Amino acid sequence: MLARRIIPCLDVRDGKVVKGVQFRNHEIIGDIVPLAKAYAEQGADELVFYDITASSDGRVVDKSWVRRIAEVIDIPFCVAGGIKSVADAGLILEMGADKISVNSPALARPELISELEHSFGQQCVVIGIDSFFDKETGLYQVYQFTGDESRTQKTRWLTLDWLKRVQELGAGEIVLNCMNQDGVRQGYDLTQLQLMRNACKVPLIASGGAGAMQHFADVFEQADVDGALAASVFHKGIIPIPELKAFLLERKLEIRP
Amino acid sequence: MSLVIVDTGCANISSVYCAFQRLGVDAKVSRDLSVIKNASRLLVPGVGAARQAMANLRDRDLIATLQQAEQPLLGICLGMQLLTDRSEEGDVDCLGLIPGQVKRMQVGDLRLPHMGWNTLQVEESAQNHPLLKGIGEKDYLYFVHSFAVAPSDSTLARCNYGSDFAAVIGKGNKLGAQFHPERSGAVGARLLQNFLAFNG
Repeated sequence: MLARRIIPCLDVRDGKVVKGVQFRNHEIIGDIVPLAKAYAEQGADELVFYDITASSDGRVVDKSWVRRIAEVIDIPFCVAGGIKSVADAGLILEMGADKISVNSPALARPELISELEHSFGQQCVVIGIDSFFDKETGLYQVYQFTGDESRTQKTRWLTLDWLKRVQELGAGEIVLNCMNQDGVRQGYDLTQLQLMRNACKVPLIASGGAGAMQHFADVFEQADVDGALAASVFHKGIIPIPELKAFLLERKLEIRP
Repeated sequence: MSLVIVDTGCANISSVYCAFQRLGVDAKVSRDLSVIKNASRLLVPGVGAARQAMANLRDRDLIATLQQAEQPLLGICLGMQLLTDRSEEGDVDCLGLIPGQVKRMQVGDLRLPHMGWNTLQVEESAQNHPLLKGIGEKDYLYFVHSFAVAPSDSTLARCNYGSDFAAVIGKGNKLGAQFHPERSGAVGARLLQNFLAFNG
């Protein structure tokens, strides 16, 4: 049976892995390649590298580290950050990334999703969605430029509408980052993920809020997501991946040991 | 031993190259007909769509060379699908090296693409096949695809996602894997090593 995926996310700035709280105050965690290698060896099912400054600075991800990761990693990995064109994506895939993830540039120019799908196939095209729950209006809304607090802004899209639109355009996978939960380790946004799951016919990855092993069990059991992405709990050693997998296996979830 | 990764113009060439580097094999990536003819082993990578990939092979004048190849040959993912007779993806004739038809996966309510780690079920007739040596039914391999080869006499191992499909196929020394061994951790490395040792 297809296993649920555990996906450490490494936010990258200037070649270092960093992590902030609710997208702010980034602190350096370590070098990319040794961290990536360690995660692969511990049993991570996939890795995501986000160049969190790229979209905001108007530059593409620094390319050299993609090649260095491809040399040492024997599990799939995805690169995100500032990919604005087929040419940008082609370079990153050529260097050995398995997928590219697009967020703000797809909001600026949605046809980019179709161009990527036609050029590289649906399986390469991941769409990242930063979704914020507005308690006043009760609406889930898509935000962009979340890598830079000063430029972060609400878009005209409701999350559910954008999620449907990106699938029509050719997205092969969706990473839904629930911004209210990001970095605070109180659990994934199960209500939102359940809602989006029903409208998502491609693999859906939950992001934002993991703080305990139980949160992973909850999101798989209650929101039926294909993968769960997390950062700080892995980087800070709060949840070792082998222990997490043993815990989930005991819960009878389909997990690659 | 000279391993040549056939430069099909598809995107996963460098990850396949790196996987062999990790096994201590310096593969050549080439689209040169004489280099391909003189290789002791061939690897056909591939991601993307079948019609485009066959068009690439035609533009590069590689179709006859691959059809006449006598050395052991392994196709990976789309590269495996290209070894069969025909693909429904773009409705295109393939290389015809291994009997089989590529069809869109029938998965019911499950999600497509079939993306992630899944297990194999080795066919009775392939229990001792050298490509699958040391690979068991508890091992997970990494898949990413929406089209698949229907199970047939050429199937060495199958996988299930909504319905059964061929995960590993073979005829003589022509072999194919639907998953990505270059991205399947130690189990995938084992399969690549088995291919390097394959004398069938």
